[in-house]
Amino acid sequence: MPLLDVRDLRVEFPTRHGVLTALHDVSFSVDKGERLGIVGESGAGKSVAAFAILNLLSRPGRITGGRILFEDRDLATLSRADMRAIRGDRISMIFQDPMMTLNPVLTIGTQMVETLKAHRDISDAEARRIAIQRLGEVKIPSPEKRMASYPHELSGGMRQRVVIAIALLTEPALIIADEPTTALDVTIQAEIMSLMLDLCRTHGVGLILITHDLAVVSQVTQRVVVLYAGRVVESGQTARVVQNPVHPYTRGLLSALPGEGEPGARLNQIRGSMPPLTAIPPGCAFHPRCDYAEERCRVGVPPLDVIEDHNVRCTRARELIRGVAA
Amino acid sequence: MAFVAFLIKRLLQAVLVMFVISLIGFSIQDNLGDPLRELVGQSVSEAQREAMRDELGLNDPFLVQYGRFLGKAVQGDLGRSYFFKRPVLDVIGDKFPATADLVLGATLIIVLVSVPLGCWCAIRPRHWLSRIAMGASIIGISIPVFLTAIFLIYLFSVNLGWLASFGRGEHLVEIAPGWTTGFLTLDGLSHLILPSIALSSIMMPLFIRLIRSEMMEILEQDYIKFAWAKGLAARRVWFLHAFKNTLLPVITVGGVQIGTMLAYTILTESVFQWPGLGFMFIEAVTRVDTPLIIGYIIVVGLIFVVTNTVVDLIYTMVNPTVRLMGAAR
Amino acid sequence: MSRLSAVLGSDFVYRFRRDPIAIVAFAVTAAFMLAALLAPVLSPMNPHDPAQLDIMNSEIPPVWQSGGDPAFLLGTDDQGRDMLSAILYGLRISITIGIFAVMVQMALGIVIGLMSGYLGGKVDAFFMRLADIQLAMSTLMLAIVALAVFKAAFGAELFSDMAIIMLVLVIGIAEWPQYARTIRASVLAERKKEYVDAARVIGLSAPTIMRRHILPNTLSPLLVISTVQVANAIISEAALSFLGLGMPVTMPSLGSLISAGFAYIFSGSWWITTIPSIVLIVLILSINLLGDWLRDVLNPRLYKG
Repeated sequence: MPLLDVRDLRVEFPTRHGVLTALHDVSFSVDKGERLGIVGESGAGKSVAAFAILNLLSRPGRITGGRILFEDRDLATLSRADMRAIRGDRISMIFQDPMMTLNPVLTIGTQMVETLKAHRDISDAEARRIAIQRLGEVKIPSPEKRMASYPHELSGGMRQRVVIAIALLTEPALIIADEPTTALDVTIQAEIMSLMLDLCRTHGVGLILITHDLAVVSQVTQRVVVLYAGRVVESGQTARVVQNPVHPYTRGLLSALPGEGEPGARLNQIRGSMPPLTAIPPGCAFHPRCDYAEERCRVGVPPLDVIEDHNVRCTRARELIRGVAA
Repeated sequence: MAFVAFLIKRLLQAVLVMFVISLIGFSIQDNLGDPLRELVGQSVSEAQREAMRDELGLNDPFLVQYGRFLGKAVQGDLGRSYFFKRPVLDVIGDKFPATADLVLGATLIIVLVSVPLGCWCAIRPRHWLSRIAMGASIIGISIPVFLTAIFLIYLFSVNLGWLASFGRGEHLVEIAPGWTTGFLTLDGLSHLILPSIALSSIMMPLFIRLIRSEMMEILEQDYIKFAWAKGLAARRVWFLHAFKNTLLPVITVGGVQIGTMLAYTILTESVFQWPGLGFMFIEAVTRVDTPLIIGYIIVVGLIFVVTNTVVDLIYTMVNPTVRLMGAAR
Repeated sequence: MSRLSAVLGSDFVYRFRRDPIAIVAFAVTAAFMLAALLAPVLSPMNPHDPAQLDIMNSEIPPVWQSGGDPAFLLGTDDQGRDMLSAILYGLRISITIGIFAVMVQMALGIVIGLMSGYLGGKVDAFFMRLADIQLAMSTLMLAIVALAVFKAAFGAELFSDMAIIMLVLVIGIAEWPQYARTIRASVLAERKKEYVDAARVIGLSAPTIMRRHILPNTLSPLLVISTVQVANAIISEAALSFLGLGMPVTMPSLGSLISAGFAYIFSGSWWITTIPSIVLIVLILSINLLGDWLRDVLNPRLYKG
């Protein structure tokens, strides 16, 4: 019984140009204490998936199909009050840009204490004690003083530590981290990532790490889901997918990483860019950018098949494994 | 320390603006009307007039005269009203409480209506009440304040006879020496209601729209999404997280609008014959009561400068990001 | 220029035709403009000519009321002036003042805004501080004080003769900061873009760059502001006239008609003030609705606050 089991999740945005489907029957699951990576370029639907889990899709987005089972309850059909009780208590979220995540006119202390008090029936003093303890855990110097600080008095790295501390306040079962280090200086990205990893391990928290960076995913997560244009194109154990990628998109993402291939060789880029939701090509959505695309790739969306040791959505998957395709 | 520096800078600026206003006021006085006309009749010979001019210092260089004017003004001497035959500041002091009542009444109405309504329109933009409020606000913007006033008089005084149409009423309460208010008696309130509504009508649509658009923008911010993700109650997200951020731009614009409101008191007071500063000013213009006109300009200028400075200071105190940087926006 | 005409060609017209409020607002505004333009042709009499007034005809109610006279469709005022003619001519004066005042604002605002945005530094700081102070003082207040002082200085007679020019100048000068700030914001935004750098590298002079590259990009904010500002200028004119600081009764605008009729509201001659009021409100409402619609459709960068 997984902690979180997302089945056939469909998210749609009704707009003037018709109904846009941001997620097509996406499925994935996270076990207790397990770390899952969701990978894709911007616009693939990674963040939509994250917000859909917490029922925080911005208008006019809405869940139109599937189930989100979390601790035996379907989050997609939960009442507003029940959903609120889960948000920030059982499931926390870490946003991309720490500069924008904390409210500029409220102190760090206020923003921490209110989270605890929204979910626990405790005194202010007790809430403060826990908050200060968490600030210490994320290695913020003189945490007591920081409680009275406003966000703008802290650096980006420090702010993301505060956000992590807030996410951990209530000892949640699951943390969803949406590109938690992208907005930070390269020098502190690794530091924040390893801090998060440590804390998830020590507290036994499940993690959904949303990122475009397969290298980070391979270091941090146990399982991975690759999204393209709102569909899962490849998923499975992280080690297997990274060592033995099948889908041309996953292969492209991997070969675009520095350190792959010959030293000094040019980094491979996937040509073109992700189509906008308004212009998803028919057939396999990736075919216009795919080096292996054939005529049959243009008609009919290929199914998500179990190929060898993981799931792949590609018409030519078996040929690609055998190395037949050119 | 940075805050003190900001305070000093802001005060210096205020003094500079007051200096310019007084200079304008003085040049008006210098060019408008002949003070001798008030002091002596037509029967005085030209030689005598010239002697009196010398004596009064009217032949001194402009700067000397201005210095004298400024010196007196600082001591509270703005000359004597031709019409009232009394010191200008005394006349203004008499009229001030009436205008203060009116502005306070209108401000109360604006704050009590526009804040909840503006927030509601931002939170529930598709609700029928929001649609009505937005539609009404554009109609409100399109009706000049004096027409609103006339309409209110026509409906509530002439037709229904519920409320008084002019003046402050008989029964006022003196809350300080020379300072009366109509807020504390039924009679006073019945006179205050229509002018206050009329005056508030011009600002109301503006504030509803401003609060709505600012709050809508803020509700889209990441920190609001984060607040939802923390599982906070809707009330806390809207009225603490979003509203406190909405307040900053509203304070800035609100500060500017205090000036506009004073301008509209002139119109409102004229329609309701409200014995305040605005009505006094229009009458002074008709009577060419130059000292009173200048006195009004200087006092109103002072009110502008003081309120704007106070608003700026409040802004820096409410906004933590400004406070630390210390400098102006 | 191409951007605006592209908009005019497609989405703009499409959205206009689908929005009944926009169509009605446009039709009403256009009808009023036309009526103002053709006032001398449409009016039964010339309300500015005292010789055509007959005191015997005073305070005749509108034609649909008992005692109405078909010769005076909307009744007459206390001096026997035909209200329909007075309103048509009043509309003409109000709209003229509104449009010319906005042209003054725009001219001042564009020059100051371009200078401020392009030159930056002390010039910019000076003008923007001036704009702050002027806005803080309230434009209506400045207009009232300026006109009051002129009136006291020149006397009512001369003031009446020069009223139109004074109103255009005062309302025009009082409201320049709106335009200046928007233009300046546009200039600052455009300056960051590469093609302006490129133009500078090619060696185009500052005025050429402004004329060819920056001004065309400010057209849609200018259009939106101008619509709203014409409405505001007409309101301001009406308010000033109502206070006796605008058009004289002998040559009334809508505001002075309302002001003159106000005294009769208690005696039962409601039409003298009510009909011009309705015309004024409908006119301003139509222009404002049009402005709102333009802002929604063009969605330009406007200076906030």
